[in-house]
Amino acid sequence: MSNETTATTARRGQAPRGERIADWADGRLGIYSLAKANMRKIFPDHWSFMLGEVALYSFIIIILTGVYLTLFFHPSMAEVTYHGSYVPMHGIKMTQAFESTLHISFDVRGGLLIRQIHHWAALVFLAAMMVHMMRVFFTGAFRKPREVNWLFGFLLFVLGMFTGFTGYSLPDDLLSGTGVRFIEGVILAMPLIGSYLQMFIFGGEFPGHDIIPRFFTIHVLLLPGIMLGLLVAHLILVIYHKHTQFPGAGKTNNNVVGMPLLPVYMAKAGGFFFLVFGVIAVIAAVASINPVWAIGPYRPDQVSTGAQPDWYMGFAEGLVRVMPGWEWNFWGHTINFGVLIPILVFPLVLVAIAVYPFVESWVRGDKREHHILDRPRNVPTRTAFGVAWLVAYFVMLIGGGNDLWATHFHLSINSITWFVRIAFFVGPVLAFIATKRICLGLQRRDKDKVLHGRESGIIKRLPHGEFIEVHEPLNQEQLHFLTQHEQPEPVELGPEVDENGVRRKLKRSQKLRAKLSKGYYGEDNVIPKPTVEEYKEITSGHGHH
Amino acid sequence: MKKLSARRRHPLAALVVLLFALAVTGGLYAAFAPADKAQADDTAQSLAIKEGKKLFAVGCASCHGTGGQGSSDGPSLVGVGAAAVDFQVGTGRMPAQQPGAQVPRKRNIYTNAQIDQLAAYVASLGPGPAVPDKAQYSADGADIGKGGELFRTNCAQCHNFTGKGGALTNGKYAPTLEGVNPKHIYEAMETGPQNMPSFGDGTLSKQNKKDIVAYLGAVDSDKSASPGGMELGGLGPVTEGLFGYIFGLGACVAVAIWVAARTTKAKKS
Amino acid sequence: MSETEENLPSERETAHEGAVVKAENPFADPGLPPHEHRVQDTDERAAKRSERAVAFLFLVSMLATVAFIASYVAIPIDKIVYIFPLGHISALNFALGLTLGVALFCIGAGAVHWARTLMSDEEVADERHPIAAAPEVKAKVLADFADGARESQFGRRKLIRNTMFGALALVPLSGVVLLRDLGPLPEKKLRTTGWKKGIRLVNQSTNLPLRPEDIAVGSLTFAKPEGLEESDEEFNEKIAKDALMLVRIQPQNIKDKQELAWSHEGIVAYSKICTHVGCPISLYEQQTHHVLCPCHQSTFDLSDGGRVIFGPAGHALPQLHITVKDGFLEAASGFAEPVGPSFWERG
Repeated sequence: MSNETTATTARRGQAPRGERIADWADGRLGIYSLAKANMRKIFPDHWSFMLGEVALYSFIIIILTGVYLTLFFHPSMAEVTYHGSYVPMHGIKMTQAFESTLHISFDVRGGLLIRQIHHWAALVFLAAMMVHMMRVFFTGAFRKPREVNWLFGFLLFVLGMFTGFTGYSLPDDLLSGTGVRFIEGVILAMPLIGSYLQMFIFGGEFPGHDIIPRFFTIHVLLLPGIMLGLLVAHLILVIYHKHTQFPGAGKTNNNVVGMPLLPVYMAKAGGFFFLVFGVIAVIAAVASINPVWAIGPYRPDQVSTGAQPDWYMGFAEGLVRVMPGWEWNFWGHTINFGVLIPILVFPLVLVAIAVYPFVESWVRGDKREHHILDRPRNVPTRTAFGVAWLVAYFVMLIGGGNDLWATHFHLSINSITWFVRIAFFVGPVLAFIATKRICLGLQRRDKDKVLHGRESGIIKRLPHGEFIEVHEPLNQEQLHFLTQHEQPEPVELGPEVDENGVRRKLKRSQKLRAKLSKGYYGEDNVIPKPTVEEYKEITSGHGHH
Repeated sequence: MKKLSARRRHPLAALVVLLFALAVTGGLYAAFAPADKAQADDTAQSLAIKEGKKLFAVGCASCHGTGGQGSSDGPSLVGVGAAAVDFQVGTGRMPAQQPGAQVPRKRNIYTNAQIDQLAAYVASLGPGPAVPDKAQYSADGADIGKGGELFRTNCAQCHNFTGKGGALTNGKYAPTLEGVNPKHIYEAMETGPQNMPSFGDGTLSKQNKKDIVAYLGAVDSDKSASPGGMELGGLGPVTEGLFGYIFGLGACVAVAIWVAARTTKAKKS
Repeated sequence: MSETEENLPSERETAHEGAVVKAENPFADPGLPPHEHRVQDTDERAAKRSERAVAFLFLVSMLATVAFIASYVAIPIDKIVYIFPLGHISALNFALGLTLGVALFCIGAGAVHWARTLMSDEEVADERHPIAAAPEVKAKVLADFADGARESQFGRRKLIRNTMFGALALVPLSGVVLLRDLGPLPEKKLRTTGWKKGIRLVNQSTNLPLRPEDIAVGSLTFAKPEGLEESDEEFNEKIAKDALMLVRIQPQNIKDKQELAWSHEGIVAYSKICTHVGCPISLYEQQTHHVLCPCHQSTFDLSDGGRVIFGPAGHALPQLHITVKDGFLEAASGFAEPVGPSFWERG
């Protein structure tokens, strides 16, 4: 490259145009130093590392299509009578927000497509963030130095949920309006300040004329603005930390193996944006989403069965649906636990996964940087916790759609609700135990493979008639892959009395930590990986079996 | 719509409207006029009742009693009217196969004539809503927009926005209205089958019911358009979420696997 | 390129065969495996094929964009076509989405195919450096900070520090105060409805005042207070509290004494607004007299004082005391308790 550049420079007597522009920019922005560090930055190749990219690109798609939609959407609750192109809505009173959504769908060419891309991309955005988060969780990519970036990602997910919810409410259709009514109920359920807050947020009694314009500002300005900032910070940290990598030959904690940003990742990541956009555009062409014209405009005295929020709020919906109806009346005051408890459990469950990295590093007492990813089986307790969390989450998603499961699987809605009530507590425990056992089983299998080789499927008959299966020894790459992980010792509390025979005072947190640490790394929770001595003893001369 | 409004100014438009009006008047006359003739025709009516009674004894009496007075297995049919019979038997719900939370719709095993005979017999037990005639549930003269509003006020809470059905308590459900004969929808509103409440003329006027039937015809028939693409069952966010996960994220992941996969290596020589 | 090759361990060739294992530690990292060439790296014809494939994809994208513009111009917006298995769908939406999707996808596919088959696929290793700063850097920063802090006299002049904190803590209050006019105070708004003694019940669907004979046993009727019209400015706010459902139950089937007293010949009027979070609850099962909320499945028994029998609602549905005057149904009084979801001051 550099030889070529100097050759052209010499020929023309002046630097080429591109170089001159770059020089100009460098004199003002210092781009050469920036490019020196980043232009050939190495990124490892793995499909699961691209889940975050799916989220990033769908976010960009949402912004692009969202800007287009604002050109036509009127965030107003002024009442109008419909006389547009959609006949079954003729003569119906509706807000301008709903009318302009119908206008976008039926009178703006391509408007329906953009609306559908916007909404589909929003669903994919949240789904991609969720799955990306799970990838990071199960591979331990959240460990030092990436805890802060984990939190940024978590905040993006939570903000994404609320941005999605406010956007879903904007058309002021019967379905989303029911969701807004639910929000009103939640606000009213807040002790002490509920009714004041409700009046302030809605600008008076429900529904009022302010909530859609206010949601609009939150949806297009406030939340996306914060998210954009977090997103940039998230990406800067990804580049600054350099990407994690899976273990393997030549991959150490001090390097990152992959291909350079220029040109390979420029083409792959850039191309992937177009691929994701293409996929979502095709989906918007073939599948209808949120057909507000079929749903109708919001009226507080109308409702449809199957009133659900978009999937990312389904967890909260499930919690609310399966909560028993408890309510306290005392001294002229009421606490509506039927709403309050689910609304408190909802953030708690989310926070449980958000703070997990800090809990784990405290339990392990590990201050080192980690850039090699864990295989989920090698950290059974973490994996089991993650699966248990997911089970709780998905049980509640089932609860959130209990009416549809009832009709489509011919079940009783009451039985499903009871099932969910029990499964929310029992399911995660069972999942935790089962996952842990599976992880330990997989560790055992890895150990067998290292010591006895891979089952080749070839059956051999020995001279004295015995049949054995030939085990093929692993190569060094595989041996390294299966044995590279660390197996930390559990934290010890030390002797109960010190050298002078005085009882040591142990803080409760220390005891808890030792207990948890044993749960993570204690004897029963890990299969000791094969040692070199074991391996040598088995492979030296005795042969297999 | 633009086309229609443009044609309204066509010189022949007035003529078309006139012919249309004449046709409707004639049709309505034809529909209503035979009433007195039927009244006169007592013998045909009593014959139908007689035949109906025989059918009733075979198919219905075991649960509803020999005189339709009801038993522990089935409610009394006195006063339910011909419309109820036409609905229950016409949609195959009756005779019921087995007890359960709810009697499902199934293939109808009676001919139209037999249903009429059964209906005539049950109607003779006590006064009740008659089978509606075509003019009552045809889309002519219906206001689809108003029908939609009425549907959302009175029906959508159980049957969903566009009549896809929904769950009720303890395994009961509101069935889908897709592909249901408009006559049966009208009759269901009049008679309130099983756990569905009835919507008699004091609750929903005849015109109201006509509007609702017309609205369903516009949004929930085989020919109804779903401009955005596949309806995904018309069930709202649950199916949309599943579709988004499986096909949206699924396709993106499939593509990502291709992007990140190693390119095939040349064979080792 | 040459640099990375130097970095590779020398024994990798043998290690990769898998047969020979390092004597001391069989589990040691064998280092990066050697780079293997792709067909395109060795066979120029294959590379040419890849080149043509990439160019073809870009070309398809161009054609798809042309098709997008052509569809935009040519297809009327209200044209509905039947496409198996999608159903009767908008031709324009389908055409635009498909062409846009193909145009975008092919750009991406071309770029990725280019990267995968023609750009170098040699894996290289980059060094990592610890994120934490070196001790001398840390020492310098701490010293600088100490200098700055000392020069500001922040720690010494406590009066300045405390008043500054006070000022900074107070100033956001202006912003909070400014939010006061977001809405009115609740006052009695959540406790009052449009119902009071003598207000007639008007059928929501027919807009006619209701007579007892309009309401048959097993029917379900929705009502609003007389005088409330859909065209009213405040219709939504009013109907959000006033919506009523009327059912008729055989008086002997009504279990609750007060319910019976407040009914008229078995006609009972209940608020349509769920006491859980305010959805219009109206999935009435006429045989069981249960009414189910479609939002969160709270179930109320309308034959037993609107009692909650399932789900998250915390208290019974409020009943409206009705009576008959001049042959029409009317309210005998307003609601005895607030309708809709609970709130702190509800009591």
